[in-house]
Amino acid sequence: MKKLQKSNLQSVSGSALPYIVVVAAFFIVTLLQKSGNLEQHMQGMLVPVCCYIVMALSLNLTVGIMGELSIGHAGFMSLGAFSGVVASQSLIDAVPNTALRLALSIACGACVAAVGGFLIGLPVLRLRGDYLAIVTLAFGEIIRDIITCLIVGHDKNGLHILFNFRGTKTVADLELVEGGLPIIKGAQGAIGTTKISSFGAGVILILIALFIILNFIKSRTGRAVIAIRDNRIAAESVGVEVMKNKMIAFVISTTLAGAAGALYGLNYTSLAADKFDFNKSILVLVFVVLGGLGNMLGSIISATVLTLLPEVLRGFDQYRMLIYAIVLILVMLATNSPKMKALLQKLLQDVKTLLFKAVPKRKSEGEV
Amino acid sequence: MKVFEKGKMVPVPSTSIIPERDLGKPPVLECVHLGIEFGGLKAVDDFNLTVGKTEIAGLIGPNGAGKTTVFNLLTKVYTPTHGTIMLDGHDTTGKSTVQISKMGIARTFQNIRLFNNMTVEENVRVGLHNRIKYSTAEGIFRLPRFWTHEKEFHERAMELLSIFDMQDMANIKAGNLPYGAQRRLEIVRALATNPKLLLLDEPAAGMNPNETAELMENIVKIRDSFKIAVLLIEHDMKLVMGICEGICVLNFGRIIAKGTAEEIQNNPEVIKAYLGNNSMEE
Ligand SMILES: Nc1ncnc2c1ncn2[C@@H]1O[C@H](COP(=O)(O)OP(=O)(O)O)[C@@H](O)[C@H]1O
Ligand SMILES: [Mg+2]
Repeated sequence: MKKLQKSNLQSVSGSALPYIVVVAAFFIVTLLQKSGNLEQHMQGMLVPVCCYIVMALSLNLTVGIMGELSIGHAGFMSLGAFSGVVASQSLIDAVPNTALRLALSIACGACVAAVGGFLIGLPVLRLRGDYLAIVTLAFGEIIRDIITCLIVGHDKNGLHILFNFRGTKTVADLELVEGGLPIIKGAQGAIGTTKISSFGAGVILILIALFIILNFIKSRTGRAVIAIRDNRIAAESVGVEVMKNKMIAFVISTTLAGAAGALYGLNYTSLAADKFDFNKSILVLVFVVLGGLGNMLGSIISATVLTLLPEVLRGFDQYRMLIYAIVLILVMLATNSPKMKALLQKLLQDVKTLLFKAVPKRKSEGEV
Repeated sequence: MKVFEKGKMVPVPSTSIIPERDLGKPPVLECVHLGIEFGGLKAVDDFNLTVGKTEIAGLIGPNGAGKTTVFNLLTKVYTPTHGTIMLDGHDTTGKSTVQISKMGIARTFQNIRLFNNMTVEENVRVGLHNRIKYSTAEGIFRLPRFWTHEKEFHERAMELLSIFDMQDMANIKAGNLPYGAQRRLEIVRALATNPKLLLLDEPAAGMNPNETAELMENIVKIRDSFKIAVLLIEHDMKLVMGICEGICVLNFGRIIAKGTAEEIQNNPEVIKAYLGNNSMEE
């Protein structure tokens, strides 16, 4: 009985740990900001780090939990980024409140990426083998090309969209009326975007992504997805539908990637489609693999460390890449070794016992 | 019953041996001229078998005879190239593995196929997938139905695990279980799907004599309490002769004998097939 309770406690603390780490990091960073101890270029990294964390969490759902390789995840991020920017710029007058507009734009980016994920998953997820890797790779490249051909503007008559396949059209061809706003200018990408992303929004998005993914894993559908990953034939033999359950997981994954993209897109005044290339997809995949497949806290840590590292190492000049490589290896060792995991667990347990000891004391004081 | 095949009416061989108590009820399984070819090789050929509603039937034969292939045909892991399979009176032609599970066949695997990274209880919960349902959104947002149904998942899983006294292993990773326990867990997971017919592929393989004796008792217990039919493949003749009411012997993909334990043991064809094979011990 005691054994059971202990393991229950451990599993609860195990799933609470990522939330605790994110909230703690948020407070520490906010404190540093308020006390003026955060350098300017580090401040600029806060939102991108949040975006990459959500991207890593999202991809970990596909690669770690579902066991399918996606190497075009930046494509879904791109979908989210540009549809988020279009939504936000179109709503500037209608929704002046930036927090609300940001939320709506992120929701819009997420929805578009969800549709993208569904359309990609529909033909691919019913096949056995690594077809998803090939198709997502192509998808990432195609999305980049399409957005490069896109000219979008908004005026009081609504959205104007042009496909500039021949490269002959310009914003003027949109024929925007007085007061209209060009939003996407072909190869230049999004221009003149009003920056509305914030670190706070990024942290909230991370917490939402964690909430969705961790709860999903511990639900009926999540169990089905893990069962399919572990042993497809056995899963089918007990009546678990492969296509349907994988599709749900994949669409959740691409939805979160779209949300991350929207937050990212609204953090820059200009943004070209080239930002979301093959290298970006691989970068996110590296975060996931180094952080450990299926290990959400690992993804958070590796995405943070590896995004900030090049900035931190600027001072080291020629040793930069060497240190980067060493840290890569250390992160991998730290997040994938059972010993390190046990150590983390123990630390958390200690914190808990400290808290538990503190709580009754206060209570008894109150009673007296 | 007559079956139309290859342009002529072929009478179905009536060699089924259904226990008397099941004779009044429709059989749970009827295989008629069932067969599959792998690139010209007839792995299973003209397989005719009827299993009664609450029968424990045995499928035996030397290694490579095609026994596992029969299970793969019944569960549509392979699509039969010949013949039909009727489950509880319903034709299964064109059905998928998942649909077969929903129709009422559950199985275990010769090479154990557990969800190794999941706990024992979670393995059983996956088996309950189609019996307890709530939506993905209810799961993510932890709506009331999530809590009530997860509680039900837990209770049912524990109840099923108690068949083999495995409740205290509930939180162990399935991959870390000892061999015998893994085989038992596969049976529990299969039972979780609420089958009409349970297929066991060498359930006693790798078990010691004590474990095997216990397993024998439990198979009978499962049949009696769940009122289901069991078709099992097994090399342990003590187990087969001990609990199987009807036995079917397969050799080179063809049925060479059918009958009760006694009839099979005295059948010259069977003795010949097993000669030099040494796997048929008393
Ligand atoms: N997928 C397959 N492709 C080709 N041959 C197969 C396949 N599955 C089974 N066989 C062949 O069918 C025969 C029967 O195998 P099996 O059913 O596993 O025998 P057993 O009676 O030992 O369970 C073997 O000769 C095997 O090589
Ligand atoms: Mg076999």
